Amino acid sequence: MHALEKILARAAGKAQVRAGEMVTAAVDLAEINDLYLQVIQSFQAMGGKSVWDPDKVVFVFDHYSPPPTPKAADNHRIMREFAAAGGITHLFDINAGVCHQVMPEAGLVRPGMVLVATDSHTTTHGAFGAFATGVGATDLAVALIRGTLWFVVPEVVKIQLTGKLGPGTAAKDVVLGLLQRLRADGAVYKAIEYAGPALADFSIAERMVICNMAVEMGAKTTYIQPDGKVRAYLAERGIKDYPVYTTDPDYEYAEVHEFDVGEVEPLLAAPHSVDNVHPVGDYAGKAVNQAFIGTCTGGRLEDLEMAAKVLRGRKIPPGVRLVITPASKEVFLKAIETGCIQGLVEAGATVTSPGCGPCLGIHQGMLGPGEVCITASSRNFPGRMGSPQAEIYVASPLTVAASALRGRITDPREVLEEGS
Amino acid sequence: MGKLQGRAFIFKDNVDTDQIYPGRYLELTDPKAIGAHAMEGADPAFAAKVRPGDIIVAGRNFGCGSSREHAVITLKEAGVGAVLALSFGRIFYRNAINLGLPAIRLVDEPKLEEGDLLTIDLEGGTITVSSGDVQSFVPFPPEIREIIQGGGIIPLVKSEQQE
Ligand code: SF4
Repeated sequence: MHALEKILARAAGKAQVRAGEMVTAAVDLAEINDLYLQVIQSFQAMGGKSVWDPDKVVFVFDHYSPPPTPKAADNHRIMREFAAAGGITHLFDINAGVCHQVMPEAGLVRPGMVLVATDSHTTTHGAFGAFATGVGATDLAVALIRGTLWFVVPEVVKIQLTGKLGPGTAAKDVVLGLLQRLRADGAVYKAIEYAGPALADFSIAERMVICNMAVEMGAKTTYIQPDGKVRAYLAERGIKDYPVYTTDPDYEYAEVHEFDVGEVEPLLAAPHSVDNVHPVGDYAGKAVNQAFIGTCTGGRLEDLEMAAKVLRGRKIPPGVRLVITPASKEVFLKAIETGCIQGLVEAGATVTSPGCGPCLGIHQGMLGPGEVCITASSRNFPGRMGSPQAEIYVASPLTVAASALRGRITDPREVLEEGS
Repeated sequence: MGKLQGRAFIFKDNVDTDQIYPGRYLELTDPKAIGAHAMEGADPAFAAKVRPGDIIVAGRNFGCGSSREHAVITLKEAGVGAVLALSFGRIFYRNAINLGLPAIRLVDEPKLEEGDLLTIDLEGGTITVSSGDVQSFVPFPPEIREIIQGGGIIPLVKSEQQE
């Protein structure tokens, strides 16, 4: 069996499960973000009285942090009241950050667990060896009542990463390269496992980036075999007790792909699809109105540091908006401590409160018709960040920062070679 | 499960949930208000054109992207009777089943034109086009058929709660 199958078998109380089988699995953690008051509405429509386990339920107010409209503020109020009435232990309010950063930082994500959240980027937590997947609001409400959900055991696609990242490239370029090869529906209904020597070199932050964007290939979940880096991350948060499952040597993968990360160059996904991937050079010179660094994909300390490396001591041109949204309060505080925030603000950045920022087009940096944005987030769907007539280019934090600096799409190697 | 009938509205591959229901309306919670924005990002005139029972026919990966259940609520409220596609984003698929909107996986590229009248036989697993052509689809597994037959997961769980 695959490690993911062992997790599901344990959660379903079975000795064995196989790909394609439908199982009812116990949920270890259920997270609700502030977009989905529908969870509470469905919970009530189903006659829900109390949640199955208040210690395993998490609310994170990240998309509307702080609330941009009276309606959003009121949705928060109802969620706070629901959480208080149900004795729910974990509620991260508008100052905390985006759920996929906040939950691991708080030590809530552990290897071997079944984690569901009302967000597609829940695949991020495969970086810690969890079975983690996004579900809809009513599904989550079912989990709140029953403590279980049905899943089809997925086939697993293994991606073997070799080589070493070259100058001016980042984990983001690796996952864009994979999207170029596997396409937006390359892993629909399947799990993606990342492995190989390059993966062993990747930091937790880098692993989270490639697991996060696996959902752009349609993946249901991801998996990385927990190693010393994961154990150290958890130990820092006082967590030592968790099962670590391993894949049996005779397990047969649905597909195996090799990918040399050393061959990847700075890439971008051009409008309006995540798999419309090209070398940054193909679009070099295109004027940008906004550059955005943040989100559950590209708003960690490492991402802000990449941007600061490009921008410290320099100035972005007038008329270019550079929006920085730290992924969490912890990231924000560390970035203040390291001087990264100061460097970015001096270069001309606008820093917003931790959370999703302008990623999903509701506030804090929306795009007007005809505007061009380059972003370290994950999606460039039409209308994603505001006007459907805007163009969104998805790239690494290095590329976004270099493009902000020049006011036009720029291969970061050009700027890095100049030195700072 | 009986038969469904409606006119076909054709969409391409990879229609994401931001096109089905743009993010800026996610704070809405009243189903009627949600229904007014159906498919707005792909075809702003859709909500005005669609009539009860009409059917969306799409290519691969319909509903990819976010987990927003609004994408299903908006289609249901706008009157869409079923969605046919070569494949679905998996969260959209789950949401559709949970809310009782038939999401049907086609076996082959759909051979039909915008506006054709379609008759779907959920039991028999066939789609008959007004031109006379008949196509088949992947039948639902029994667990999913049970949810759809019951009008979605809400009434099902509700009856458990009352036992
Ligand atoms: S940062 Fe963007 S992609 Fe991540 S959870 Fe928030 S809206 Fe979704």
